[in-house]
Amino acid sequence: MITELGHFALILAALTALVQGIVPLIGAHKRWPGWMAVAEPAAGMQFLLTMFSFLALTYAFVVSDFSVRLVTLNSHSAKPMIYKISGVWGNHEGSMLLWVLILTIFGATLAWFGGNLPPTLRARALSVQAWVAVAFFAFILFTSNPFLRISAPPFDGDDLNPLLQDVGLALHPPFLYLGYVGLSMAFSFAVAALIEGRVDAAWARWVRPWTLAAWIFLTIGIALGSWWAYYELGWGGFWFWDPVENASFMPWLLAAALLHSSVVVEKREALKSWTILLAILAFGFSLIGTFIVRSGVITSVHAFANDPERGVFILAILLVFMGGALMLFAARASAMEAKGVFSMVSRESVLVLNNILLAVACFVVFVGTIWPLVSEIFFTRKLSVGPPFFNMAFTPFMVLLGIVLPVGAMLPWKRANLARVAKPLLPAFVLALALAGLVWAMQTGRSLLGPVGLFLGAWLVFGAITDLTSRTGRGAFGQRFQRLRRLPRADWGKAVAHAGFGVTIFGIAGLTAWEMEDIRVAYKGEPYTVGAFEFTLQDVRAVQGPNYMSTMADVTVHRNGKFVALVHPEKRVYPVSSMPTTEAAIDYRFLRDVYVVVGDPQSDGGFTMRTYIKPLTNWIWFGCAMMSFGGFLSLSDRRFRVAAGARKAPSAGVPAE
Amino acid sequence: MIRMILVLMLMAAPVWAVQPDEVLDDPVLEERAREMSKDLRCLVCRNESIDESNAELARELRILVRERLVAGDTNEQAMNYIVDRYGEYVLLRPQTGGSNLVLWLAGPAMLFLALLTAVFYLRGRAKAPRTAEKKLSEDEQARLKEILDE
Repeated sequence: MITELGHFALILAALTALVQGIVPLIGAHKRWPGWMAVAEPAAGMQFLLTMFSFLALTYAFVVSDFSVRLVTLNSHSAKPMIYKISGVWGNHEGSMLLWVLILTIFGATLAWFGGNLPPTLRARALSVQAWVAVAFFAFILFTSNPFLRISAPPFDGDDLNPLLQDVGLALHPPFLYLGYVGLSMAFSFAVAALIEGRVDAAWARWVRPWTLAAWIFLTIGIALGSWWAYYELGWGGFWFWDPVENASFMPWLLAAALLHSSVVVEKREALKSWTILLAILAFGFSLIGTFIVRSGVITSVHAFANDPERGVFILAILLVFMGGALMLFAARASAMEAKGVFSMVSRESVLVLNNILLAVACFVVFVGTIWPLVSEIFFTRKLSVGPPFFNMAFTPFMVLLGIVLPVGAMLPWKRANLARVAKPLLPAFVLALALAGLVWAMQTGRSLLGPVGLFLGAWLVFGAITDLTSRTGRGAFGQRFQRLRRLPRADWGKAVAHAGFGVTIFGIAGLTAWEMEDIRVAYKGEPYTVGAFEFTLQDVRAVQGPNYMSTMADVTVHRNGKFVALVHPEKRVYPVSSMPTTEAAIDYRFLRDVYVVVGDPQSDGGFTMRTYIKPLTNWIWFGCAMMSFGGFLSLSDRRFRVAAGARKAPSAGVPAE
Repeated sequence: MIRMILVLMLMAAPVWAVQPDEVLDDPVLEERAREMSKDLRCLVCRNESIDESNAELARELRILVRERLVAGDTNEQAMNYIVDRYGEYVLLRPQTGGSNLVLWLAGPAMLFLALLTAVFYLRGRAKAPRTAEKKLSEDEQARLKEILDE
């Protein structure tokens, strides 16, 4: 019963979205306040209906209603409750429902809190948002209905893929979708502005919080996914350049570019049409990502659902929205003339460079991701494009970005003097160089990667600190400290996020350059050494989990004879799906992780053991956390709140032009 | 459905990668073998290198790589030997020849184009007449005052 109600609610939500897509658009065109006002309750209604539908599906999972096909396929009565709930989006249909739920949340938020927007812009943005929703409601209802029943329900379900039975699944997809879908707001605003024919500083200020929020969520989502892969997949990689990872990374890169270009629109009224284009493309890449994940045209480890019919549907959505938006762009972009005047050396120019590097980096990832497909269709060459390509083709852009960033972040607007900016940065540069030189001298015969990455990381962090301190002017330390505390949150956010980028580079370089690996057959009680650490396999025992059987090893870790940790790597077998998984044991520390994996027993009583020393690994995710925290700081800046609170309904019917 | 289960089983297989009995005694040769394995695709897996994969075929390929190296092949010879037998698909680092030039040059070419466009744009901005920066309209001034007063 509840399942059917959920199904009906979803259909009603789709119809509401249809109304919201048509009526306010006409209203905005004809300047009819009543028609425009339809958008608000419709957006709220859409959200409530979708929420109900989502909760209905969750309920079916929680009570293990195996008459619902989706629950049978993806759940099991013995599964722990948290995985029953996160299992709702651990499959194609449920995750699409979550996707569209988040879409309606964003729409409703705009309807409820967008009171300061010009009514026509708001009506148009909400109606574009509704069209996106209509497309995805249709996609769910016609190709991926989560509410289908089966006539003869089984006694128990098929269980969720054991790899997905992890807190990672509870957190990673929702954050990622908040990011993907958040970019739809930038898209809706861009299209609304094109219809409106007007892009100005105010527009940029309205769009920026949404883009920033989407970027923050994407950062968190990608970092969570990377961390999940690190501890779950059993050899401690953190990024694989898998098509599905690239699918989330491309919108991230473009969102980062969009954040920076919208600053130029907001402060200087330049780069308008480019910013609009970026907003359209960023969401376009979100859709491409959805297409890659759901269609299975490109081989990936994230085998979600390889259904050609769904692929074609999403491709159609992609073509309609991108084609429509880009045509509108072509017709209207020329109307948006730039106003700001600035010289070649200025903050504006550096932000242009930032955009070029991020956008071209995204382009490289895109070409690499689709090349196997293109090559097979047009050149009949069946080939692979793997991590070696991406590492070579992508990394230079990030290195360039890292080199330029600290200088660019300090350049003044309009017209700048490089020498004047370089002077305060000199200590940061020398310090970073010295650090890298020291490390280079200490390591012998290894690659340059470590020192170079270390230099970049340190340069970015020290550069961010210099940026902050240089804004406090001159005077006694106490005075300057006071001023530092009073700096706008946006400035703090910028510095923290830029430093976070440095910390992440630092971690990646450290891990790639100085990782140690050891593969051997270990015997109980016989210690072995990896790097500075001594490992002893103490015992291997069988443990019964809630829905799995585990072979758990006890391994002690010593350093210079001193006890460091007792870790428990596991090998699990999930009987329902008869899948084995490895659970690596990780001793997380500030400077390094010790990563131990136990394998198959050997005939002579030993066990295969893989042991890694992974230096600076946690810095990768700590840096991502800093980037998103920087984003939050900036989002909480006063000027966004001021803009949000201003203009409390001055006679709602008057258009803003 | 069966296909999906198969796919899931493939991706769920625990990653075992290199087994102790495969490791060569000569650390230099072993290091070279590991480097090469990272550039070779496990043909039955979904986007994994043979260095990461635990599939039987990946194991055979790893052993094959080591056999070629022990037999005295250079990395390049061993690579060619494998590509001759398994096709270009096995390479995770695509070759640079032929149509793949597009792939390898896409990034640099795009960067060049973008920089060129940017330089033209920026020169235009630097020369643009200053009068282009219009004053605020009366509406906008009123709105600005409203915001500042709050």
